[in-house]
Amino acid sequence: MNSESPVSHGPPRLTGERGAGGIGHRWKELKVQDGARGALIAFFSTVVVFGVVTWVILSSSTWPAVRRQFFSVRHLREVWPAVWGGFALDVKMFIVAEVLILAFALLVAVIRSLRGPAFFPLRMLTIVYIDILRGIPLILLILILGFGVPALTLPGVPNDPVFWGVTALVISYSAYTSEVYRAGIESVHESQRSAARALGLTQWQALRFAILPQAVRNVVPALLNGLVSLQKDVALVSILGVREAVREAQIYNARTFNYTGLIAAAILFLIISVPAARFTDWYTARERRLRGGH
Amino acid sequence: MDEAKLRVRDLRKSFGSKVVLDGIDLDVAEHQLVCLIGSSGSGKSTLLRCVDLLEPIDSGSIWIDDEEITAPYVDPNAVRRRIGIVFQSYNLFPHMNVLDNVTLGPRRAHGIDRESAERRARELLERFGLADKVLVYPDQLSGGQQQRVAIVRALAAEPELLLLDEITAALDPELIAEVLDVIRDLKGQGLTMLLATHEMGFARDIADVVCFLDQGRILEQGPPSEIFSHPSEPRTRQFLERIIDAGRL
Ligand SMILES: Nc1ncnc2c1ncn2[C@@H]1O[C@H](COP(=O)(O)OP(=O)(O)OP(=O)(O)O)[C@@H](O)[C@H]1O
Ligand SMILES: [Mg+2]
Repeated sequence: MNSESPVSHGPPRLTGERGAGGIGHRWKELKVQDGARGALIAFFSTVVVFGVVTWVILSSSTWPAVRRQFFSVRHLREVWPAVWGGFALDVKMFIVAEVLILAFALLVAVIRSLRGPAFFPLRMLTIVYIDILRGIPLILLILILGFGVPALTLPGVPNDPVFWGVTALVISYSAYTSEVYRAGIESVHESQRSAARALGLTQWQALRFAILPQAVRNVVPALLNGLVSLQKDVALVSILGVREAVREAQIYNARTFNYTGLIAAAILFLIISVPAARFTDWYTARERRLRGGH
Repeated sequence: MDEAKLRVRDLRKSFGSKVVLDGIDLDVAEHQLVCLIGSSGSGKSTLLRCVDLLEPIDSGSIWIDDEEITAPYVDPNAVRRRIGIVFQSYNLFPHMNVLDNVTLGPRRAHGIDRESAERRARELLERFGLADKVLVYPDQLSGGQQQRVAIVRALAAEPELLLLDEITAALDPELIAEVLDVIRDLKGQGLTMLLATHEMGFARDIADVVCFLDQGRILEQGPPSEIFSHPSEPRTRQFLERIIDAGRL
């Protein structure tokens, strides 16, 4: 633990209103003692809190019913293959959608940040796209594309619900993600663009070699957050009847009135999204530390 | 026309209602070093940025050799490829190491292959005492080293004209001497340079022509001996007296 951190990151009131040096010093001492004792305290309070919660749940009169409905081993065995297979489809849709989103959103952000009157119509188009797509609930978009477009029975247009579900995810998420990229582009100082143009690079080359690498690096944490959220929203395509994990669990539930399948699906989603969220936090903290370093 | 490398005629530039360049006329002859002096806000940086077409101008014209670079049909990228500029704040690319910073222009704007670009970059870096910094990132360099890398980056594509904007402003005295030696060197090789500076001693030593800029106009220009010893304009005199008082001349 960096011994300076309690001073610099502590509540500003401590250092601001009273003498900075003295307080900072005491903070440091406290922190050193806390090292060993703090860990012990944290451990025992965790054990106590979780113990009490578990005891309350297990001893309640409804627990046996809850267990039968949600955590039945017998039902789990029966529903598992279907949910697991469905989850594999979720993961596939997620990966395809994420790759397309990262690429398409970048394209939209780049177009939106082009300078010069010649690009005005293109810029307008991206703004309209972003505003509209961010304003429509995702579930509505999935319904419109997934049921509406195939209903037109246009020649050559696919009617696969997986295709339309992923398409809806891509165009909706790209609208958000392009704004993330744009924030990154704007976070790079104007003088970097000048420096690149001064070398004789074109506008596009300046973006490609000087601006974008810095811009993307600045927004990796925000992109990771979007990724975690997409991983869950993939389940929304189940409303088109796509037999992914949630759909399979629902089908089983409708047949048996048991919810274990849904819990199994929830746990599968958690197994991916919790580590991803932890990774995002870890990465963000590390970036901040490295940047603060110089 | 004569052998002026750079010619500026009646250049005007405003930011909103603020007139920053108010009819600039300036000639820089081939192989000459011209120093722009003048108080803060007089328009030195803006003039340099206009010459590199980084700033749109309101009226007037800029010529390199006998080509008007402010003409509407001129490709500004092609013009910038012939001019090098070093910014006051270095503006190195923080995500690239020194070698990549230096070779970006030659490779991408001039289409020089990687190997030749890197060979030339290494030569230049060596000449400027940066041979051991080739693979280092800018944030690991001292201010003087960063400034020299910025100069090397501007030189890498062999510009016909080099613009230098207060390249010593952010440096301490030792490093200033180091960077000024570099400029002296370049002058020895016959590079044409236009340099904005607060280093009056340097301007006096090395400039062929000194231009005193005041409120967007060139009030006075001539050889340094004349400008520094017998300024004809009261404002120039005032400016120089202030500088002398501040112990900078
Ligand atoms: N992008 C801009 N937008 C608005 N005003 C600007 C802009 N750039 C420069 N100015 C103004 O133009 C004037 C001249 O600025 P400039 O940077 O050219 O001065 P300078 O002579 O280089 O000063 P210094 O010696 O401090 O570098 C200043 O008043 C400045 O506020
Ligand atoms: Mg300036």
